[in-house]
Amino acid sequence: MKRDRVIGAILLVVAMSAISGLALITVFIFREGVPIILRVGAKQFFLSTDWEPSLGHFGILSMLVGSLVVTLGAAVIGVVFSLGLAIVLTQFSPPGLSSALKPVIELLAGIPSVVYGFVGVVTLVPLIRHWLGGPGLSVLAASIVLGVMILPTITSIAIDALQAVPRSYLEGSIALGATRWQTVTMVLLRAARSGLVAAVILGMGRAIGETMAVIMVAGNALDVPRSLLAPVRTLTSNIALEMGYASGEHRQALFATGVTLFVIITLFNVAALAVSRQRDGRGRVR
Amino acid sequence: MGNRTPGATDRDGHTLSGSGGAALPFLVSVRWVFQTLVVIPGLLLLCAGCSRTSAHSVSLLGSTSIQPFAEMLAERYAKDFPGQFVEVQGGGSTAGLQAAESGLVNIGMCSRSLTAKESLVFTPILIARDGLALVVNPGNPVASLSIEQLRALFAGRVTNWNEVGGKNGPIRPITREEGSGTRESFVRLVMGEERISGRALTQESNGAVKELVKGDPAAIGYMSLGLVGQDLKAVAVEGNQPTALNVLAGRYHLVRPLLFVSKGTVHPAAQKFIDFVLSPVGQTLLATEGLVRVR
Repeated sequence: MKRDRVIGAILLVVAMSAISGLALITVFIFREGVPIILRVGAKQFFLSTDWEPSLGHFGILSMLVGSLVVTLGAAVIGVVFSLGLAIVLTQFSPPGLSSALKPVIELLAGIPSVVYGFVGVVTLVPLIRHWLGGPGLSVLAASIVLGVMILPTITSIAIDALQAVPRSYLEGSIALGATRWQTVTMVLLRAARSGLVAAVILGMGRAIGETMAVIMVAGNALDVPRSLLAPVRTLTSNIALEMGYASGEHRQALFATGVTLFVIITLFNVAALAVSRQRDGRGRVR
Repeated sequence: MGNRTPGATDRDGHTLSGSGGAALPFLVSVRWVFQTLVVIPGLLLLCAGCSRTSAHSVSLLGSTSIQPFAEMLAERYAKDFPGQFVEVQGGGSTAGLQAAESGLVNIGMCSRSLTAKESLVFTPILIARDGLALVVNPGNPVASLSIEQLRALFAGRVTNWNEVGGKNGPIRPITREEGSGTRESFVRLVMGEERISGRALTQESNGAVKELVKGDPAAIGYMSLGLVGQDLKAVAVEGNQPTALNVLAGRYHLVRPLLFVSKGTVHPAAQKFIDFVLSPVGQTLLATEGLVRVR
């Protein structure tokens, strides 16, 4: 019993130190970043596209738009392929195939992002430049690379959500004469809806936070993208590109960029949590 | 929720929901303990390792334009003086200045002139001079541009190659990130008061600029003369080819200093490396790589 308590205490200390690390980071970036937002003015900071730190112009609108556009693009691509994969793996494929494919998809999550970026630059970017025009480094390239990167996240959560649908629902649907496909679209996807939405939101959270691969394929131009083929700079790339050099106000403005990102990602996670709570709640009533 | 495989719950359970089974927290904590036992001593060992390095090794950090040359010099230095090690890292000119100021490294590398404020803090040592080359794809017929044309082009006022004597097609200027020594030199030497267009693609290293210009017939970028290599075409500026000879003769005007900077007195081991760089051997090595010697 005594040993249990000692181990418990040690674990508590370890757990708390991890959490206090998070708290420290939060306090630090807010303390560094918020003052400059107030000094520049929130309106100027968030709604101006003029980013020229050496002249004291700090407007992050083009990067804000850039991050959202790229994330949305990645979500579209990620959702199509991930949901397809999740449905096939849970409903249509022979067990042998699913057990072979699942580890492969999970392996995708283990590939370093710089490798995705490199493959993107070497193969995808020239293809886009040659067939679609523009510089190749573009919203489209970034969306595709990120879409592939978030595939394992969305797929594995979506599979969990689909598997959590009670078997009796599916059996009931089949018994009523529905085909397998009708069962999937009318019963399975609806029953698992909140879990799937949470999967997509978490995937988007990962996409918006990704940096290295995006720097390599997005072109990083400081302009609001006007087409899918235009280059774009995201919030994360802006921080990573300029952090090494920045000092003074410039550095604070990058922290403020980080604060913005932090808030967006927190919103994503809260949304995902809320959606999946809703699912749990319904489960209990059942 | 009951059907989850244990693996999936470990990974996703934390973020998704708090509905893991009662046995789970225990399993997780055993893993935590294990990780703690392995990771913390590992980190301690690592720290012990890094504090031992400073005895015989010299550290350099800064401009990615100087980095490849410094690496080459370091290699030769280690060969000529066995037992001496030089560590070279990139990060950019301003990062190099910061690292030298904080004492993180012995020498900072800076590929632009110091500002008035900076020269109060640092002692600069000119190790070489470097032409700033304007590079285009080898398939681009444009052979020469004036400073005025370059300015218009990078400011986004001229957007078609046929306006500056090339084929009909868009111009895609490629710039470096804010704070890069190469960018600051380019702005000072070419742009003057004008600003680089927001539509310019931004790449974070000379290598990335090179890769992009190599693949894109519409691109134009700028980089260190010594790094141009065989795959790109350097255009003449005001009719003068960017060569070390023209830089030395004062005919090619886009020139910037490559500096080693330090704060206060230099560590003897670092001084020895600096002496080597400024020696005939070091200077010849730099000159064969396309830089302009200072001694």
